[in-house]
Amino acid sequence: MSEATATKYVGQPLRRREDFKFVTGKGRYTDDIKSPGMLHMAVLRSPHAHAVIRQVDLSAAQASPGVRLALSGADLAGKIGAIVPNWIIPGTKVPDRPVVAIDRVRFVGECVALVVAETQAMAHDAVELIDVNYEILPAVIDEEAAIRDGAPQLHDNVPNNITTVYKIGGGDYGKVAQEADQVITLRVTNNRLIPTCMETRSILAEPDVNGTLTLYLQSQVPHMHRRWIADTVGISEHQLRIVAPDIGGGFGAKMHLYPEELLCPYLARFLGVPVKWWESRSESHQSTNHGRAHTETLEIAFRNDGKILGLKVETLGNVGAYLSNMASGGPTVNTINFGTGAYKIEHYTARSRVVVTNTVPVDAYRGYGRPEGAYIAERAIDAVARHLDLDQVEVRRRNFIQPADFPYRPYNGPATIYDSGNYEGCLVKAMEAINYDARSNERDQLRAKGRYRGIGVAAYTHMCGMAPSRRLSLLGFNRGGWESARVSVDSGGRVVIFSGSMSQGHGHVTSLAQIAADVLQVPIENIDVVQGDTRQVQAGHGTFNSRSMAVGGSSVHVSSTRVVAKARKIAAGMLEVDEADISYQGGQFTVPGTDIPPLTFGAVARMAYVGHKLPDGMEPGLDETVFYDPKGMGAPSGIHMAYVDVDPETGIVEILDYVAVDDAGTIINPLLAAGQIHGGVVQGIAQALYEEVSYDPDTGQLMTGSLLDYAVPRAEHVPSIRSLFQETPSPTNPIGVKGIGESGSIAAPPCMVHAVLDALSPFGIKHLDMPMTPPRVWLAIQTARTGASR
Amino acid sequence: MIDADQKRHVVTITVNGVRHTASVEARQLLVHLLREDLGLTGTHVGCDTSQCGACTVDIDGQAVKSCTVLAVMADGASITTIEGLAPAGGALHPVQAAFHEHHALQCGFCTPGMIMAARQLLAQNPDPTESEIRHHLAGNICRCTGYTNIVRAVQSLASEAHRHE
Repeated sequence: MSEATATKYVGQPLRRREDFKFVTGKGRYTDDIKSPGMLHMAVLRSPHAHAVIRQVDLSAAQASPGVRLALSGADLAGKIGAIVPNWIIPGTKVPDRPVVAIDRVRFVGECVALVVAETQAMAHDAVELIDVNYEILPAVIDEEAAIRDGAPQLHDNVPNNITTVYKIGGGDYGKVAQEADQVITLRVTNNRLIPTCMETRSILAEPDVNGTLTLYLQSQVPHMHRRWIADTVGISEHQLRIVAPDIGGGFGAKMHLYPEELLCPYLARFLGVPVKWWESRSESHQSTNHGRAHTETLEIAFRNDGKILGLKVETLGNVGAYLSNMASGGPTVNTINFGTGAYKIEHYTARSRVVVTNTVPVDAYRGYGRPEGAYIAERAIDAVARHLDLDQVEVRRRNFIQPADFPYRPYNGPATIYDSGNYEGCLVKAMEAINYDARSNERDQLRAKGRYRGIGVAAYTHMCGMAPSRRLSLLGFNRGGWESARVSVDSGGRVVIFSGSMSQGHGHVTSLAQIAADVLQVPIENIDVVQGDTRQVQAGHGTFNSRSMAVGGSSVHVSSTRVVAKARKIAAGMLEVDEADISYQGGQFTVPGTDIPPLTFGAVARMAYVGHKLPDGMEPGLDETVFYDPKGMGAPSGIHMAYVDVDPETGIVEILDYVAVDDAGTIINPLLAAGQIHGGVVQGIAQALYEEVSYDPDTGQLMTGSLLDYAVPRAEHVPSIRSLFQETPSPTNPIGVKGIGESGSIAAPPCMVHAVLDALSPFGIKHLDMPMTPPRVWLAIQTARTGASR
Repeated sequence: MIDADQKRHVVTITVNGVRHTASVEARQLLVHLLREDLGLTGTHVGCDTSQCGACTVDIDGQAVKSCTVLAVMADGASITTIEGLAPAGGALHPVQAAFHEHHALQCGFCTPGMIMAARQLLAQNPDPTESEIRHHLAGNICRCTGYTNIVRAVQSLASEAHRHE
């Protein structure tokens, strides 16, 4: 086995080591796994947004061919615990949420009853035969309507449908609003989205005779799922093995506790046989958490030179019928803490109210709160530029946080701190890449010919990898901020990394190995990565919040460093020299200036295990486990620019160019990092132009119930994304990385809105809500034209 | 509702060069025959309205969404799935290799269908433009890559004339 390497892996665009199985059809997703004798669960879902359950008649279903069991919510009462959130902002009123509805349903898609049968088809056939007698109640689906007097009330313990009120700010907004040259207000919405992982959720629960249980589950957070399921089903964590195989996308949707994740383990233990559940796409639209769904009111106080003095924000976050896992934290801490964006707005007052409605629960979706926060800051600064008729780039420059300001606490607030950045650097790079001046000229010239083109700009910053652990308790976030990594070297020098992070397509098998290979100085081919099996991986928090490189990668770096430190001590003993005289380079321990033959990493690893010549007091083995708790959080930042053409006759927006310049600190693998930007940007473009969950406002019926009605973009709807990086290392971790996964979906929505508004500026249109669909754009143009001709 | 016709049907299909005979329900979809009966789990199910294309396979030379085909309709057909593109232990098919080289996959779930659809495009039109590639792949949804690197991978297989446009 080759041991020496001089290559530096970090920073290289290595092709992914995990690709081979996926391109040959050998990926192993949850629904690909079968267990002998397994039965299939199907769930009956509520067809009503709000109703009292009068009676559930299971008799026909029980008599249906192949059915082993049919249960209602009442049958399960007291047998499985309730679903409780994992993030509870202090003061939050938490609604009761049974796993299966017992006497009332609160959204279309809520579990009402279930069937277990020999085949999936038999289970679905039987579910159709369940007869439920409902008394329909008035429903409310909109967050503004839900807090009005007389609105239908969802939960007895949640008066006015408000679970949480959260406030943040600093300075004296009232004072600067008096002193400002101008104050304007703006109401913006953040459209409700469906995350749409290409692999829907599925679960296989396998009971073992010794009372333990194995659960195959697509989880972004296997160890967190283990804890939540163990607590709710009544089993200890070590009796529950979560295996997260290959995962077909997560985007936040696969990091929460869902009813089916409790039902399958319960039923498998109750029946003593494996139980599987698979979610159809249409089922997914009404049972897997949605994202965004905010309404914000902004009040902006500014000087006539474009300097923003103060900002006031009122957020209403629609969280659906119950408080899902992190739902009280998203519209609050994750949103309004970041409402001042990349700008020095020293006087800030913000309030967020979390509102329940008769809709699918809303929880994390790529960026969770940070896209909504960036949208506040960006729409505010764009409104100022448009109001004053100032250049959109120049206004941003006048308000940017400057490099000398870091570490920067926005509005001198208590919770938010931006560690580093250089926004001007990203801006210049983006302007050059998109050819800002030439495109501006082109836009102006085409306007004279009746063509409407626009350039959009958006800046962002936020924080990734929530930590340290002790700070999270203040926010009511009931988990730690650390990540665990075990770097295990075998007695021949081959390495396995056991990481608590969990790839859902990110490419950790490549990127984490790059980090370790540089520290261990062994070829990357000698390093394997294991994730997603709680029996193999010691502990972890998983992958969300753009934390896998910043926290997971740092934990691999620290444990690899400890391995080398121990190996160096062993080598010193073997060579009978002082440790300080040892040099480790290219996988070889040498004593410079002597003719002592070098020792290979593999030879030292063998000695670590045979233990014949270890320093006094040293334990054998070359195997280090860390629980790395960061001292702070990295703040990615960036500038995105788009160039669009709007057809005034059809309202169709065509994207001619899109440039992303992102500063995520040190880039481990530019190929994979750019891939994260491409995908995130297109999800952001999707929010801006195409996607919106639609409910009938009276009945609460989900109108976008399948991929026929919900407009996920195809290849022909989007351009090629150009991704560039600036690397300002984060001082908060040993490898200088920040976070990359969420940046695209944070920056793209405001960037696209600003591009379209720039194109439509000749019509005097100053605001459009997302998604900017052709009818909406067309109507805005027609309205403006009618007004102008009046 | 329960299918009134419980009669099973015998179908014979050739998949990746191997002849199979299976007894299926009238309502069984081809994708389920491939996945459940033949164990070819590389073909995925990503939706229930024939939108996503994750189940795309080659039936008698045509890329087809196997969720829109009843197993009985495929009787006598010759089918190639993602597992049949590269011989065991052999080199990757050029489309597979291009997807790897250009980082055209992340989670991998849409990848088999996307590769089958791209393979069909290149068979019909060895020299597609970017616009033709994007239009042709409109029946396949990818949620991870933003399509940028998928298009790049397919373009790398187009003739020199359109590769760098």
